[in-house]
Amino acid sequence: MTPEWVFGLGGVLAAAAPLLIAVVGETFSERAGVVNLSVNGAMLLAAMAGFAVAVRTGSLELGFLAGVAIGALMALIVAFASLTLRQSQVAVGLVLALLGRDLAYFLGNPFMGVPGPRVGTIPIPFLKDLPLVGPLLFQQSPVVYVALVTVVLAWLWIFQTRPGLALRCVGERPPAAFARGVPVTRVRYVYAVLGGALVGFAGAAYTLDLKGGWQGPISGIDGIGWIVLAITIFGGWHPVRGALGALLFALLQWLSLVLQPQLPGIPSQVLNVAPFPLMIFALLLTNLGNTEWVQTVLSRLPESGRRLVIRLLRALQVSPPAALGMAFEEE
Amino acid sequence: MKEILLPRARPARWVAFGLQGLSVLMALLFTTLVLVTAGAPPLEAYRQVLEGAFGSLKRATDILVAWVPLMLVTSGLLLTFTAGLWNIGVEGQIVLGAIAVTGVMRALQETGLPAPLILILAVAAGMVGGAAWAGLVGLLKIYGGVHEIFGGLGLNFVATTLILWLIFGPWKRPGIGSMSGTEPFPERLWMPVFPGLRLSPWTLLLAFLSIVLVYVLLRNTYFGLRLKAIGRNMRAAHRLGVPTTRYLFLALLGCGAMAGLAGAVQVTAVYHRLIPPISSGYGYLGLLVAMLSNYQVLWSVPVAFFFAALNIGSIQLPITLKLDSTLSGVMQGALVLFVLLMQGARARWQPKWTAESDDDA
Repeated sequence: MTPEWVFGLGGVLAAAAPLLIAVVGETFSERAGVVNLSVNGAMLLAAMAGFAVAVRTGSLELGFLAGVAIGALMALIVAFASLTLRQSQVAVGLVLALLGRDLAYFLGNPFMGVPGPRVGTIPIPFLKDLPLVGPLLFQQSPVVYVALVTVVLAWLWIFQTRPGLALRCVGERPPAAFARGVPVTRVRYVYAVLGGALVGFAGAAYTLDLKGGWQGPISGIDGIGWIVLAITIFGGWHPVRGALGALLFALLQWLSLVLQPQLPGIPSQVLNVAPFPLMIFALLLTNLGNTEWVQTVLSRLPESGRRLVIRLLRALQVSPPAALGMAFEEE
Repeated sequence: MKEILLPRARPARWVAFGLQGLSVLMALLFTTLVLVTAGAPPLEAYRQVLEGAFGSLKRATDILVAWVPLMLVTSGLLLTFTAGLWNIGVEGQIVLGAIAVTGVMRALQETGLPAPLILILAVAAGMVGGAAWAGLVGLLKIYGGVHEIFGGLGLNFVATTLILWLIFGPWKRPGIGSMSGTEPFPERLWMPVFPGLRLSPWTLLLAFLSIVLVYVLLRNTYFGLRLKAIGRNMRAAHRLGVPTTRYLFLALLGCGAMAGLAGAVQVTAVYHRLIPPISSGYGYLGLLVAMLSNYQVLWSVPVAFFFAALNIGSIQLPITLKLDSTLSGVMQGALVLFVLLMQGARARWQPKWTAESDDDA
């Protein structure tokens, strides 16, 4: 009845769900001007700790809570080090990315391959029976519902509310925001920690839902955090565009699985890794329109083709919040 | 408390050392907490690490085996750090160096050329491979507008893909490819070692040369001066007539060549074949060493040795205490984190003191 590809796409959506949540988290943080480079370490540690807590207590809720707490704590360290102690965000974020990963592997060692609780699918009554849309959107795990709601709420919050306006202002022109009475540093703390909490939730979702358990270095979670950072840029710090980027990455991952029987010449190990560089090089598209040599090449193209290319590059082009990663002294 | 933290007059040197020591203590406390959480006896774990690192002469020289590539990577990173670049792609540059070395050795091992000549050609190819990979980071940054952190990460992923493809594809062992790597090279193509040890005098020499080279370059040449100018303020340096694009490329190429050299050492003197984790994570570790030594070449020498000792000391942990050997990474990361935080605290709450220490640097 329902075509096969709908279930395929449903799987893509499920695989993208934690990414959506993490991308929204990093988008909040960077919109406020804080680059949290620790995402990869935070997600791994949250994934491990969330699973460990869920195994020990038997409670999925406590597991997610542990993940959220770890993500928030790591973001708080980045915020404290950069906003209060004026250290380089890149340095502290990078150290935490490495430390978080090693901590996850060290502490997670006894939990490798241990059976534990898993979220599973909860179809939504009535809606699940809709043709096509039902199996795609409404026969999913609660994490997917949370992800979709998070993206919509984030978009509403950032672009349709007064606090959202203040948030954007803090990231673009902090002196102007401060002059208008916005407590810049406090806003940055709040969104950095909120973003970290979402990243931690996403990390826990990998072990408690998507992957169903902790497998140490072969859990397939390492590297996702870097992809989250890349998608945040690719999405132009816009939750909906970021969501599309996350879906694109999940689609690439799905394709790399589906194509394996079709491409026997390429080892499966290679196909598994391939989506990662592809997603990062998608960043090239977001900036090409700004570079001098592309402008030169474009000016040589015939009129009709040029317009199309320019429009395409414009559509992909992004610009970061102007005060991203910059210190601001309240006086 | 305030009076102690905010001295009006020039504070004694011991305050600085005391705070540094405090951050080391905090890192140790943190690691101890982690060990207790893991249900391991902390003192016994530390003893095992010490024992594993310095228990015998062979083990102590194994530290140097790890120190050589780590030092090569760190020296290279000091060039890019001086230019204000975050060369996270260094990990992939090690891998590409190792791949280039393996390619040349595979091509030449049957030719009957003298072994030293093959080794020299292979090591040179490794440097070119690493430098080329670093050059791509530069191209992506300057002509693609991709920040070097993301360009480097992307290229790291590509390097991983490439090395897996080679090991499971064209360069696989007779029969079936596996994670254990390519077929080992014949013993005559191994870098000569001190009798009875795994340490090679030639790679040790390379590490010393890299230290001297970077020290002299950064301290005594116009090149170093201009690189520093770019790192401090790229726009101002450009206005003053420094060809910034060329210098950024040169810094990246230099770092890539040294990372490639580290990859060459890993292939010719440590593993004698190509394995998927050929970089041993020395790229990321080198970034930590550079940060902890405050981007100073001379400080990075003991710091790299200490980190290498932690790595070697942790190898036996899975067997002796059933602990994961990533304990070394936890200690290294915690150390750098607390030193960074303490530096920040000092800068924040002792403004006068820092102003003076900046003049010294």
